[in-house]
Amino acid sequence: MLKNITIGQYFPGKTIIHKLDPRIKILITLLFIFSLFFIDSFTPYLFVVAFILTSVGLSKVPLKFILKGLKPLLIIIMITFLINAILTPGEVLYRLGPVKITIEGLRQATFMALRLIFLIVGTSLLTLTTSPISLTDGIEKLLNPFKRIGLPAHELAMMMTIALRFIPTLLEETDKIMKAQMARGADFESGNIMNRAKSLVPLLVPLFISAFRRADELAMAMEARCYRGGDNRTRMKELSLEIRDYLALGISFVLLGIIILFRYFI
Amino acid sequence: MNNTMIKVDNLTYEYTNNEDKTNIALDNVSLEIEKGEFVVVLGHNGSGKSTFAKHINALLLPTKGNIYVNGMNTQDEEKLWDIRQTAGMVFQNPDNQLVATIVEEDVAFGPENQGIEPKEIRRRVDRALEIVEMTKYKEHAPHLLSGGQKQRIAIAGVLAMNPECIVFDEPTAMLDPSGRIEVMNTIKKLNKEEGKTIVHITHYMDEAVEADRIIVMEEGKVVLEGTPKEVFSQVDKMKEYGLDIPQVTELSYKLRSEGIELPLDVLTVEEMVKLI
Repeated sequence: MLKNITIGQYFPGKTIIHKLDPRIKILITLLFIFSLFFIDSFTPYLFVVAFILTSVGLSKVPLKFILKGLKPLLIIIMITFLINAILTPGEVLYRLGPVKITIEGLRQATFMALRLIFLIVGTSLLTLTTSPISLTDGIEKLLNPFKRIGLPAHELAMMMTIALRFIPTLLEETDKIMKAQMARGADFESGNIMNRAKSLVPLLVPLFISAFRRADELAMAMEARCYRGGDNRTRMKELSLEIRDYLALGISFVLLGIIILFRYFI
Repeated sequence: MNNTMIKVDNLTYEYTNNEDKTNIALDNVSLEIEKGEFVVVLGHNGSGKSTFAKHINALLLPTKGNIYVNGMNTQDEEKLWDIRQTAGMVFQNPDNQLVATIVEEDVAFGPENQGIEPKEIRRRVDRALEIVEMTKYKEHAPHLLSGGQKQRIAIAGVLAMNPECIVFDEPTAMLDPSGRIEVMNTIKKLNKEEGKTIVHITHYMDEAVEADRIIVMEEGKVVLEGTPKEVFSQVDKMKEYGLDIPQVTELSYKLRSEGIELPLDVLTVEEMVKLI
């Protein structure tokens, strides 16, 4: 049950998408999100789909793998769809008591649902093709200019790395504690929401205690390895921009351009 | 001129527990460890052996007394990072000492903190992974490796910092038997081939057999010290401290009490076979 979360999971590979500079990839993702919110009709979606499919194709991440990441968010997508379908005024298509579905509503709902799906696929492609460590590296470098106004760029990046490092470890541990509690008769699956929430207490307490103990030990291990914050730290892999990075960034700007064109001129 | 790696001088460490009672974890310990030596510290839980280990790396500072690592006093704050670079440390839980999500990045963590040139880090990481025989896993995620493999990565992480001495704080306690063998072989290799000074803390007797010297701790004091043969032949004393002795020594001890003339310092099966 806990194994099918693909958000934040890295899919190793050596494709051009994997090799792109993480800073560029983050920028492209931001541009992509920005572009999505500029779209107000269906036609530009064709370009978005083309962009996503090309990227996925180049990255060699199986499409199935990416779609699996959508699953946990299906409920949110459905709720968005329903709310939009019901609440948009317009020509009534179907009526059930006070609830009415309009043609405009359906159009709007599909539009929003697609936007969400593209959003998720686009951003998960970033985390799927960028190893967490280079991702945090990229974030650190991008945030560096803000250091002067007191933003702890290195600390933020380090916290993210550690969080990502410990997600699988803690998931495994949760699984173990759950099984141990189940073996002693705990029931996590039946009852109403209140009961289920209550049954999580014996799971969360040991999990938190162990997480704190881990944090303590990790801090000591890091100190023993001479960790003293970001100053004077070097990196084994230095980031450098290459032609492919500029090219990828260029393509994303073209996408943004097309979308803006559609919005204001067509 | 200076052959001493670690010099412990009347080291006492006290701490206050939750109920405001002062506990003495280390009680006036004095000892020396030479360069290139393979020392095993034995003792059961609460004997102060882990506390001692943390002093070598300046993770804990003595309440009284001093401890010198390669001539540097751990109380000297300016030398702190030099000390940690000289004496690396590997901990018990392999999961809780790996920082990065990719093996080679984790090995690079130490040298990166030291501010070493990227090219040199690359060289050291490759070399460290080669020594612990984990090169082919360098791009793996650590959580997918076995306990013994993870612990070897942790060792490589310390090795990449080029320490002269490595302190192992019960590195095998959480491993299965095959993982223990992997880690022990790596430790021995570091001592024999790389010439690292090893301080190995454990409660497994069979890991102590091949040490140059054994230090037995009990209630914060050093109670026995000597070569494995000297220490393990004092069977009664060892039992008094709640420690086991290697199975073969035990056998020889029992045979002796039945009247069969056997020396008490038999440590390995091979020796026993030769004697019988």
